[in-house]
Amino acid sequence: MRREGRGPRAPALVALCCAGIVLFNFPMLAIWGQDATVLGLPLLPVALFGIWAGLVALLAFVSERDGG
Amino acid sequence: MIAPAVVLAAAAGYLLVLFLIAAWGDRRAAEGRSVIDSAGVYALSWGVYCTAWTYFGSVGRAATAGMWFLPIYLGPMLAMLVAWIVLRKMVRIARTYRITSIADFIAGRYGKSPGLAALVTLITVVGIVPYIALQLKAVEAGYLVLTGTGRQAAAAWWGDGALYVALALAAFAIIFGARHLDLAERHEGMVAAIAFESALKLVAFLGVGAFVTWGLFGGMADIWARAQAVPGLADLVRLDGPGPFDYAQWFALTGLSALSVLLLPRQFQVMVVECVDEAHIRRAAWIFPAYLLLINVFVLPIAIGGIIAFGAAGADPETFVLSLPLAHGAPALALLAYLGGLSAATGMLIVETVAVSTMVCNDLVMPGLLRFGLRGGGDLTRLILAIRRAAIVLVLMLGYLYFRVAGEAYALVSIGLISFAAVAQFGPSLLGGIYWRGGTRVGATAGLLGGFAVWIYTLMLPSVAKSGWIPDRFIAEGPFGIALLAPERLFGLTGLDALTHSLFWSLLVNIGLYVGLSLARAPTAREASQALLFVDVFRQGSAEPVFWRGRARLDDLRALAGRFLGPARAEAIFDEHAAARGVPVPDLVADARLVDRVERQIAGTVGTASARVMVASVAQEEPLSVEDVLEILNESSQLRGYARALEEKSQSLEEATGELRAANEALKSLDQLKDDFMSSVTHELRTPLTSIRALSEVMRDTPDIEPAERDEFLRIIVSETERLGRLVNQVLDLAKIESGHAEWHNTDVDLRAIVIDAGRATSELFRERGARLDLTLPDTVPTLRADPDRLTQVMLNLLSNAVKFVPTTAGRVEVRLVVEPDALVVEVEDNGPGVPAAEQATVFEKFRQGGDALTRPPGTGLGLPISRQIVDHLGGRMWLESESGRGACFAFRLPLQPGG
Repeated sequence: MRREGRGPRAPALVALCCAGIVLFNFPMLAIWGQDATVLGLPLLPVALFGIWAGLVALLAFVSERDGG
Repeated sequence: MIAPAVVLAAAAGYLLVLFLIAAWGDRRAAEGRSVIDSAGVYALSWGVYCTAWTYFGSVGRAATAGMWFLPIYLGPMLAMLVAWIVLRKMVRIARTYRITSIADFIAGRYGKSPGLAALVTLITVVGIVPYIALQLKAVEAGYLVLTGTGRQAAAAWWGDGALYVALALAAFAIIFGARHLDLAERHEGMVAAIAFESALKLVAFLGVGAFVTWGLFGGMADIWARAQAVPGLADLVRLDGPGPFDYAQWFALTGLSALSVLLLPRQFQVMVVECVDEAHIRRAAWIFPAYLLLINVFVLPIAIGGIIAFGAAGADPETFVLSLPLAHGAPALALLAYLGGLSAATGMLIVETVAVSTMVCNDLVMPGLLRFGLRGGGDLTRLILAIRRAAIVLVLMLGYLYFRVAGEAYALVSIGLISFAAVAQFGPSLLGGIYWRGGTRVGATAGLLGGFAVWIYTLMLPSVAKSGWIPDRFIAEGPFGIALLAPERLFGLTGLDALTHSLFWSLLVNIGLYVGLSLARAPTAREASQALLFVDVFRQGSAEPVFWRGRARLDDLRALAGRFLGPARAEAIFDEHAAARGVPVPDLVADARLVDRVERQIAGTVGTASARVMVASVAQEEPLSVEDVLEILNESSQLRGYARALEEKSQSLEEATGELRAANEALKSLDQLKDDFMSSVTHELRTPLTSIRALSEVMRDTPDIEPAERDEFLRIIVSETERLGRLVNQVLDLAKIESGHAEWHNTDVDLRAIVIDAGRATSELFRERGARLDLTLPDTVPTLRADPDRLTQVMLNLLSNAVKFVPTTAGRVEVRLVVEPDALVVEVEDNGPGVPAAEQATVFEKFRQGGDALTRPPGTGLGLPISRQIVDHLGGRMWLESESGRGACFAFRLPLQPGG
């Protein structure tokens, strides 16, 4: 398709989305919910925000790499 | 506490800034220098997702329920991961078919059904108006906290700040959202203001977060360490804090917010309708979740810090953002935080109002007016604008009324997620509609109706009952005591919270009816054609099919367009179409493509459903059957096929032309070579012929010539004749070798013997020249498979060539024969003047003799070319190494295995 804009590849995005769904929900959520601290902070929020930041970074990487 | 006058002045000043920014954005747009044409501004405008409910409510939720504030933002994160796939398709569809609202989108997909558009609008109004009320409440609540006044229960309506905010926003929405009927229904000034509001609320929230974390405490770790001492606080970041963790609700909230971020009217407005360039989605899709991440980083620190600071029974956690800076000597920061909350509320109010009023105008009011007698008449654009403005005021006033009536009621406090659940009902028919061709109008209508009904029964009614407006016994016992029908435990389903329970049942009914009824009955022609246009929107090229058959009069179409678009824009459309067709406007044929064009333009103003009705009213249309749709589709795909075939053909023609041109060039240069060769040969033949003829004539004309002189003449004649013969032989020889007709008598050849023989044969030449020939040969060499006579010819050529150029005294030629593992190399080196670099490349060409024509020794100029041809034929290579003034070294290399 000539009129298609250049952009990230669909399979990569779907894979990221599936990874996000798995990481943010049961049973992975139960792993983040353990009583533990990271650098003095509780694991659960650190893990959720960390995964969040990781997904944003990966999405940015995929988008900017394939988008040109 | 801050004086009310200061707060009011700040709020008024802030609204003024909004007006200025929007005016600036509109002016820049008019000048063609858009300020919102960037992925960053586009992503910021998506930040309208974060309303006052999240600005204040997130902290409140975190303070009471811990991590539960997060799923509302994790859902959008997940949705944004596939935004490039889903959202881009929605934008492309909306852009192509001039869709300006979510009601239009769904109605357009299912055969431009006016009923469906009205239903979607109705669901939106019911679901969203309370949400608007919630924003007004936040504006007022923030004001009360800042000024430290209690709720004035009996405040007169004219003394109510929320009312003035609502009125100011109505003015804003009218000025920047409905000033004129825009070509694409885009509002650049409004979007610029929204982006500014998003930036402000982020800055304000981060400011408060930083103040609490590092100003009041020693960083996040310090807050956490001190939280350990407060009973119950540690449970906030535990999954199974007070009770077992509700994974189902977590999942439901994530999914619900993922849907909402695409389906809320305000999100649809900023993401789809206001999209300047769909390429921006690529970058905005990661900037937006990064924005959400930033605005949430400090929610937990503020919540926990607030509880530590105020104690468990202190201030309302929802107002921590304001009360924390206020109580700790930072009133300016508190004021900024209030403006941040105000921006969150006003942003949502503006966009939601514009979006909902567009739907109300296009999908509720206009169809009614058009149906009941508004068929004739003149320019309707003013009427449409008036309706839209009235709808804006109406929507905001409805919200205000609801806020006044509901007040502190449960129905208002919990409305955020209830609204989300209402718009989630659009999910199946919208997302299904752009990926599944089989969805039908009946299926979508039934799904929406069913889902909406279940939503009302299981979520809306209980919330109304919990507000005490209707008896709430039916919640616990079921209507008429039928426990199976209890709205929050439908059919005895327990174990889910009310929201998840409602979401499950409503979406189950919605999807079930949508899919079931769609499968039960085949789509009509119009549904099928719209389905094709939506689902395959990326596949449509220039030959996009137009599903319309009938007859229309040009004048009728022009009048219709004039009524809905205004005369100027209507004329522009027809002029443009005429220019594309290459005929003057009066000669235009009102064919399907023109009708389609006009209908799409009108759709941008009054919605697809109304546009369809209006076009149908002026044209005599033939009802389309499914066969017709297939036929039209076939035609258009054939057209596309033709276009593609034509393109391919012209491409292959171009390639063939290129090849032919190259071949022609090669032929031309060969022809040139031949011409050069012929002229060289004739030139070389003429020189001896001239001298033979001259000397013969002298002898003929001079009978008494001296015998000695005659002998000398005859000797020259004989020598010149020999030279002629040699030349002719060599030309023939070269021609034979080049054409491949030469005879080769290959035998096993001892190259050493050939070199020695050649040296012996040229010894006379060397003697005459006074030069010395040195042979450096190994004792034995492997035999070659070659023609010995030809190799002798090569050696003779090289030796006689070398000896010609050596100096007259101390001339020296050295021949070296070197054995390599797989080849033999012969080098013939002289100590002559060498070959200048400029001539080295051409020395093997025919008739290119080295040196100056006057001073060079005699020769035919064919020796080296012939030698090279022979070596090439034997699979070897001949080359020259020379530096000017240092002598020349001709060498050739013959492989031991021919062809190896």
